[in-house]
Amino acid sequence: MRLQTSTMLALYSIIEAASHPGKQVSAAEIAERYGVSAHHLAKVLRELGRAGLVDSSRGAGGGYRFSGNARRLTLMDVIERFEDIGARSPDPGTAQTDLGLAIARVLSEIDEIAKATFRSITIETLLKLVERARRSETSE
Amino acid sequence: MPGPDSPATPAGSASHRQPRPTIRVRPIEAGDLAQVIAIDAEASGIDKVDYWYELFHRYGTRGRQQRFFLVAEAEDSVLGFIIGEVRDWEFGSPPCGWVFGIAVRRAARVGGVGSELLAAILENFRRAGVEKVRTLTTRDNNLVLSFFRSQGMMAAPFIPLEMDLPAVKGDIS
Repeated sequence: MRLQTSTMLALYSIIEAASHPGKQVSAAEIAERYGVSAHHLAKVLRELGRAGLVDSSRGAGGGYRFSGNARRLTLMDVIERFEDIGARSPDPGTAQTDLGLAIARVLSEIDEIAKATFRSITIETLLKLVERARRSETSE
Repeated sequence: MPGPDSPATPAGSASHRQPRPTIRVRPIEAGDLAQVIAIDAEASGIDKVDYWYELFHRYGTRGRQQRFFLVAEAEDSVLGFIIGEVRDWEFGSPPCGWVFGIAVRRAARVGGVGSELLAAILENFRRAGVEKVRTLTTRDNNLVLSFFRSQGMMAAPFIPLEMDLPAVKGDIS
């Protein structure tokens, strides 16, 4: 499945900041690392700030800091600030046909599994996954 | 499956961990059953006395090479339990450990009890010669799903399927 660019950027931003608890992360560095404009990142950070997940500071040394609870915040909590991943449906013309309803049921099944997955993974769990991947790379 | 370690607190708020008790994990004894039944009832809302006596008979008293029914206790009180077994060639899979029940007393959650129970049963599985552990839970049971995820579990290469039994034999429409 694909998430929208803003959603992915929000996840990257949160993970980067949560991996340096208490420290300010440079917004410019994040924008460059993920190949997005500083303007786009600023919009994403504003939304995360409104949700109480980051504290931002402006100016030349501007950056942001994770202010959520990594043990409780799930990927779904972040994703649903930016998009509704359960909004897929067949074309309007076929929606009420037998075929359209059958396809809608299959799509809904996929969406429910995706949502359950995103709801079950906290930021702390994702950071553990990153750490485990790093350790296995260095041990190879 | 009842819940292990995680309480439901708002995503953005700070959590408050309770002091960690000294936890001992050991095989279940007959005298623990009443507390196990109460912990399960607290989590599931259903008092399943016969079910737990049957499980104790099957998993707590025999077959301890492949079947494990463990409790976590602190200060003579049972805080939680875990139950599982080694299953051989189920669905074509090489022998692996299955956890099919875990629960922690609500007041003892977020104290590492679930983690201790899981670590203990994993050690038993390891000694039984298997290298993988699996579990199954409903996808809306976020408490248990998050717990197993936090312990490093990922999606398995299986898809659970179900259907209502057809009313007429042979009719699957």
